[in-house]
Amino acid sequence: MNGRPPLIEFRNLRKSFGSQVVLDGVNLSIEQGRVTTIIGRSGVGKSVLLKHVVGLLTPDSGEVLYRGKNLFQMSHKERKALKSQFSYMFQSLALFDSMTVGENIGLPLKEKTRLSKTEIRERVLAQMKQLELEDIEDKYPSQLSGGMRKRVALARALITRPEIVLFDEPTTGLDPVRRAAVHNMIARYQGELGFTAIIVSHDIPEVFRISQKVAMLEKGRILFEGTGNDILHCSDPAVRRFIEGDEEPDEEAQST
Amino acid sequence: MTRKEFSDSKNRQTAGAILAQPGENPLTGGAPRDDTLFVVWAEGPCNAKFNNSPHPSFLRNHFPPVPFRQLARDMTQASSSPTDPLALVGRHCLFILEEMGRIALFLAHAFAKMFALPLRAGEVLQQVHFIGLKSLFIVSLTALFTGMVLGLQGYYTLVKFGGEAALGTVVALSVIRELGPVLTALMVTGRAGSSMAAEIGIMRISEQIDALDTMDIDPVHFLASPRLAASIISFPLLTAIFDVVGIIGGYLTGVVLLGVNSGIYLGRMEAAVGMEDVSGGFIKAATFGIIVATVCCYQGYMTHTRREGFGARGVSYSTTTAVVMSAVLIFAFDYVLTSVLL
Repeated sequence: MNGRPPLIEFRNLRKSFGSQVVLDGVNLSIEQGRVTTIIGRSGVGKSVLLKHVVGLLTPDSGEVLYRGKNLFQMSHKERKALKSQFSYMFQSLALFDSMTVGENIGLPLKEKTRLSKTEIRERVLAQMKQLELEDIEDKYPSQLSGGMRKRVALARALITRPEIVLFDEPTTGLDPVRRAAVHNMIARYQGELGFTAIIVSHDIPEVFRISQKVAMLEKGRILFEGTGNDILHCSDPAVRRFIEGDEEPDEEAQST
Repeated sequence: MTRKEFSDSKNRQTAGAILAQPGENPLTGGAPRDDTLFVVWAEGPCNAKFNNSPHPSFLRNHFPPVPFRQLARDMTQASSSPTDPLALVGRHCLFILEEMGRIALFLAHAFAKMFALPLRAGEVLQQVHFIGLKSLFIVSLTALFTGMVLGLQGYYTLVKFGGEAALGTVVALSVIRELGPVLTALMVTGRAGSSMAAEIGIMRISEQIDALDTMDIDPVHFLASPRLAASIISFPLLTAIFDVVGIIGGYLTGVVLLGVNSGIYLGRMEAAVGMEDVSGGFIKAATFGIIVATVCCYQGYMTHTRREGFGARGVSYSTTTAVVMSAVLIFAFDYVLTSVLL
């Protein structure tokens, strides 16, 4: 820890869906201006945790604190102001399929700023160029490859130059070259703009390279919290199994 | 127990828990879907979830929630058997009441946002083009055949009493007061209402509505308000065209085919039809426009909360429910409005 007060803090966060307990007392702090990566097995609740940050889900109990203030006790105005600082890149990308790529990327600017059409187009084109998305401004998301769609979603998430960006598996389904390019781009943008990033990822150990902090979610709780180097040398059997890609003992028994 | 007492009691939390039934979003690989809308409403303003709720904050703050589904469960438990037919009827009635309440709140939110900035005039115009202009042909065709049938049926009924001279009056009043608004609304529901529900439903299940929410764009303002405004504009205009084409249809069969005097057909019509008939028809049309846009947008918007089907099937259920519910409400409100306007 560097002594800085956390920007976002999860305190004893619990969330269940019926009898399925997804988050069972999550405690985690996210420091400002740093990249925090949340890792864990598929279906462990990483996306659920991320959705609590933007208020897409409300916890059963516990708190999500933003600069020490409970997100779910804020006034409508406070939340609106807070939302304008966030950007979220969905796992399913959530691109508007009846809008062109240019309209998709420019929508947050069109809706939330007073920029002219020309200014918006200039910024959209600049963003697209940086992400190697030239000449597809008038195409629809369904006409693009999976990798391109991913980069369009990334462009849309970064176009407003947000203070906090939440990436839900930004590189899943990309080839190793593109994956490295996306990681480099997140790192570069984060360095330039200084935003706070929370990344949900399975890209181990590549993602550790750009993360200042790694947290592993297991069985509804944070099992490990530290740097990428720490987790690679962690002796906890569950963490090791995850890092090395070994099956759980009970899973092995089931599969034999 | 009064509503206030109920909302203050322990039952409030129970209701919240029960209303927030679990479910899975098939698109996110089994990740749980968000049902917290009902928890929010059931637990009051302190835990209010932002923007994803269709309930305006002033309504949330001033009217404590009534957990109808919990009441329905209590009724079932109180009866001797869980399959008691009376409890079943009660449960269904309470469910319908609850749903109507939610639709009314959705309407209040969408209507209020019609006047909020940005005004979205471009989107309203696009929707007028889709709901209004693109429905013109099908509405005109329906109007022509309806008028022609009315001309035929009216003539053969009236001729029995020697009253065929009143054919123009019968056709005009039937079309302007009743058939114009109702049939236009039904045709537009089938053509445009179903597509509204399907489009918004697909946006919901593919997290596009969540994406709007995270961008701090109110999804109701972005999606429902332009459609509502366009429907309020388009329905009366389409009804006016239906009226004219319907009267021409009656003229074709009554005058051209069956030989009723043209001057009498038109002259009697002019004498019998008053401005109140025409304006009454337009009031009906605008009301039906509100009903169709609200119900269809609401059903699409709430696709993720459906218990009988997820994903594509959920959208298909939403679309079907939207069309059926719109049609039933059109007939119900037609009766109510007719009794008020007559």
